[in-house]
Amino acid sequence: MAILTAKNLAVGYEKQPVLKDINFKIESGDYFCIVGENGSGKTTLMKTILGLLPPVEGSIEVGQGLMKNQIGYLPQQSDVQRDFPATVYEIVLSGCQNSLKGFFYSKAQKKMALENIERMGISHLKNKCYRQLSGGQQQRVLLARALCATTKVLLLDEPVAGLDPNVTKEMYELIGQLNSQGLTVIMISHDLENVKKYATAIFDVNKLDVIKTSDEIQSSKEVGAC
Amino acid sequence: MLEKLTLYMTFPYVRYALIVGTLIALCSSLLGVILVLKRFSYIGDGLSHVAFGALAIATVLNFTNRMIIILPITILTAILILKNGNNSKVKGDAVIAMLSVGALAFGYLLMNLFPASGNVSGDVCSTLFGSTSLLTLTSSEVWVSGILSILVVVAFIFLYNRIFAVTFDEDFARAVGTKVSVYNLLIATITAVIIVLAMNLVGSLLISALIIFPALSAMSILKSFKAVTIFSAIISVTCALIGFLVSILQGTPVGSTIVAVDAIMFIICYIVGKIKG
Repeated sequence: MAILTAKNLAVGYEKQPVLKDINFKIESGDYFCIVGENGSGKTTLMKTILGLLPPVEGSIEVGQGLMKNQIGYLPQQSDVQRDFPATVYEIVLSGCQNSLKGFFYSKAQKKMALENIERMGISHLKNKCYRQLSGGQQQRVLLARALCATTKVLLLDEPVAGLDPNVTKEMYELIGQLNSQGLTVIMISHDLENVKKYATAIFDVNKLDVIKTSDEIQSSKEVGAC
Repeated sequence: MLEKLTLYMTFPYVRYALIVGTLIALCSSLLGVILVLKRFSYIGDGLSHVAFGALAIATVLNFTNRMIIILPITILTAILILKNGNNSKVKGDAVIAMLSVGALAFGYLLMNLFPASGNVSGDVCSTLFGSTSLLTLTSSEVWVSGILSILVVVAFIFLYNRIFAVTFDEDFARAVGTKVSVYNLLIATITAVIIVLAMNLVGSLLISALIIFPALSAMSILKSFKAVTIFSAIISVTCALIGFLVSILQGTPVGSTIVAVDAIMFIICYIVGKIKG
């Protein structure tokens, strides 16, 4: 069974669908991209997957023992966060909130936060204030936080928005690395060119169709052979 | 000077006022950090005016314990405002502005139509600026205020991690299954309780100052959430104590003196923050 299945799903606000007839399956280990132009309903779809919005129609099913609250989420940054007085460590640790029992974080959770900070290569920034970091560094912090919330599925909403080309490349490589370590990645993007290189499947919200990138490469090779 | 202070301290109502004042300053500063970061700085102002309106109703109805009316009305309004948030036809800030002036007007109107004493403008002035009310607290009111403030502090310490999570990123918190609306409800309730308590200390017009100044002071020089929270509490308590002493020694109104000290502290912190960079 797939890790996440959308069946005849319609998403939108207050019963008004923005997108409908969505069908896809995400298998464990996939690098699944949701692409489309701005305003096409990508973020609404993502919020529905996360359970922040109820589906207007149809359903989203999770499988393989995944719990809804075990999806690590990398949101787009909000104004509130840009000048928030908090250290990198405090923010990453807050990713453990879904496993928070009682009132305070355990030693194991603190260790996990430190490990994820190291995994993202930002150990030297551990005690720095979030608002003083560059855009790329902030994304790494939020990615480390998402990793504290999950060991299985990462959901990324426009992870390279506002980053310069070099940092964008680094970010994509980092996400690719995580995927090759076994994490299922679901990513929203309008940057079709770049995601093609990494994604195993691309879902275009305008065509409502899933393209397996490996198939496409296969078929283009065949065309080339003729 | 010292003699004057020791003399004043022999009066129980001065001691009460000092204890309650410090506790309220502590609570409001803790809450202030959350409200400022959640972009709800103005909620204190709006709610305090609602509390003023509720107070007018309680006075007109001649209730002996006015808290019974003021507290529920203020809590209810707080919940409505925070719940409304962003997804309504009338935007959050407009709702606050509307409630704020509306309640102020109705409160003043009620107090004029059904005057409880001969000196209406004096009554209104002391409710708005808290000039003497802190010194007229009864011991039962001190107990209620004391217990409520201790509850707030304890709740804050135990829920600290979740409050941080919900304040920093509501969407993320909701996505990983934290019950965000429960915590928002709790924050709204605590806000209302503190505002009603703080009304005794600085009056309803100056409550916002007590909530936002210490938080902003701490934020302008510190970088971690924990440090900001702790330092904000320290600043608030210190300023309340200084303001209190000054007002005793110089005979100035308690509420506005405390707020003035808070404002000066903010300017100092702001400059220090700029220099530190």
